[in-house]
Amino acid sequence: MALLRLMQLGKRFGGLQAVNDVGFSLRQGVIKAVIGPNGAGKTTLFNLISGALAPTSGEIRFQGKTIQGLKPYRIAALGIARTFQNIKMFAGMTALENVMVGRHVQSGAGFVASMLRTPRSRREEVAIREKALELLDFLGIADCADIEATSLSFGQQRAVELARALALEPKLLLLDEPAAGLNIYETAEVGRLIARIRDLGVTILLVEHDMSLVMDISEEIVVLSFGEKIAEGLPAEIQNNPEVIKVYLGE
Amino acid sequence: MKWRNLALLPLFAVIVLVQVLCSATDSIYYLTQLTMSAYYSLLIIGLCVLMGYAGQISMGHAGFFAIGGYLSAALTTRSLVAFQDHTLVRLLHAAGCLSAGQDIYGEPMLVVTPWAACVIAVLTAAVVALLLGIPVLKLKGHYLAMATLGFGIIIYRIVLASSYFGEADGISGVPGFTLLPGLSVNGEFSSRVENYYIAWGVLLLGMLLLRNLINSRAGRALRAIHGSIEAADAVGVDTARFKVYTFVLSAVFAALAGVLLTHYNGGIGPSEAGIMKSVRYVAIVAVGGMANLWGALIMGVVLNFLSLRGLFGSYDDAVFGLILILIMLFAPGGILTLRLGGLWERLRPKAKSGKEGAS
Repeated sequence: MALLRLMQLGKRFGGLQAVNDVGFSLRQGVIKAVIGPNGAGKTTLFNLISGALAPTSGEIRFQGKTIQGLKPYRIAALGIARTFQNIKMFAGMTALENVMVGRHVQSGAGFVASMLRTPRSRREEVAIREKALELLDFLGIADCADIEATSLSFGQQRAVELARALALEPKLLLLDEPAAGLNIYETAEVGRLIARIRDLGVTILLVEHDMSLVMDISEEIVVLSFGEKIAEGLPAEIQNNPEVIKVYLGE
Repeated sequence: MKWRNLALLPLFAVIVLVQVLCSATDSIYYLTQLTMSAYYSLLIIGLCVLMGYAGQISMGHAGFFAIGGYLSAALTTRSLVAFQDHTLVRLLHAAGCLSAGQDIYGEPMLVVTPWAACVIAVLTAAVVALLLGIPVLKLKGHYLAMATLGFGIIIYRIVLASSYFGEADGISGVPGFTLLPGLSVNGEFSSRVENYYIAWGVLLLGMLLLRNLINSRAGRALRAIHGSIEAADAVGVDTARFKVYTFVLSAVFAALAGVLLTHYNGGIGPSEAGIMKSVRYVAIVAVGGMANLWGALIMGVVLNFLSLRGLFGSYDDAVFGLILILIMLFAPGGILTLRLGGLWERLRPKAKSGKEGAS
């Protein structure tokens, strides 16, 4: 059964059909990439899946359940985590605290328990901290734990954002241009990291411009152009697809 | 981490030291203003969590203070004798929430006890905050400021227009509030020291609770809302709910401050509900450095104390306006950062180059 299934998904902004009748599915445990020229509707597609936007038509099924139109926090709670194209750190919080927020769904202390520091909330707090440190370590930025997240380098902030998303223990991870702004070495590193995350059992859907990365790590590729799906297949198929070549290179 | 709250110990020492010094130097009258400042600061640290940590402004917090103060004043002074056959009054009576007595003319009086009045007042503020917060916290920035300002104006005009709340005279003759046997919030000369410790005890307790909150799951969630609402949503924080909860929490702090200060002063007047009071609270949180509970507490006590001592004279409100302008221009990070500024600059590059050297 497909983990995620998009059916005739559409999103219209006034006169602009940003996503038009897009449908594809994502099997458990694969890395799938969504590519396409600027303005093809890739980020809009992500916002539809994560609940930041509601689709104007079509359906999104996650583990067989319809999720379109749910609030983003509910979709996150179902096990869909995401990163952002332009990194969104929680300013004023350390890298560790940023990742600890990612444990929100996996913990439950409310306002009163938090204020009174009940024994249960303390135990939970210890577990949250341990898990967050473990994730920072997994991403190789454990020594940045106590530094304010917004003062870290770009690459480190990407890693913190990734750790924060993983803290959710997602079944599906949406990565919006994980290699944007990184040099070729950092990009290769991100590629290895994504493969390692997949090996943990997390299914990955990514939007990416860097073709070397996409061809390197993804098992399946969907190509969007002007909001419509123009191709879907294995990397080798996509590379030789005349329609895709036309879109990318012109006639 | 376990002993984080030990940081409150030096403050406790200062509190005791001030009292001992005031008593020893025969200047115990300072304790009156320090007691009042502590209650105002209780509101201010609550507002600090809302503004500084959750990033949601309120220009109407004097309204919640007034709901607390006015309701407890009215309930403990306005006789219910005329309504004693009403079901609600009977229920209150049966629950032991009413006390009978005589007024100064010897007429029988039936009023709500301070404890019951306090609970009713604080709960009312919480419910009002909830009903107000659900729609207005969808707004951001200026729009939220304007909506809460509107709320503040409504409360101000209600207390000014309603005879139940004493119109322009406010309510006086509010009895003392016996928290525990032998521990009473009142303005009597003989219990000045006792009241000083009650007020600071309540403030310390409030500080402890809020510090716990800030460094916990719920606190991190509301700080995350301030950082990036989309990212907070994306990790599963119900941002709308957390904003409303924080708003209610800060309203409860404000209302409780209103209740206690009203019993201490023996009354309350419409100026406590005024817009300038709300502006003043916002200014003090800004002076303290926004996301800085200690800054809010220290500035809350210092500036309210100076104001209550009459240092700013008739220009009181003008001074707070000026402070707000100066802080925004010269120390947007709060006055504590201004004084430490030089020190920071000297320490920072060292720490940074050390890190680079290591990596």
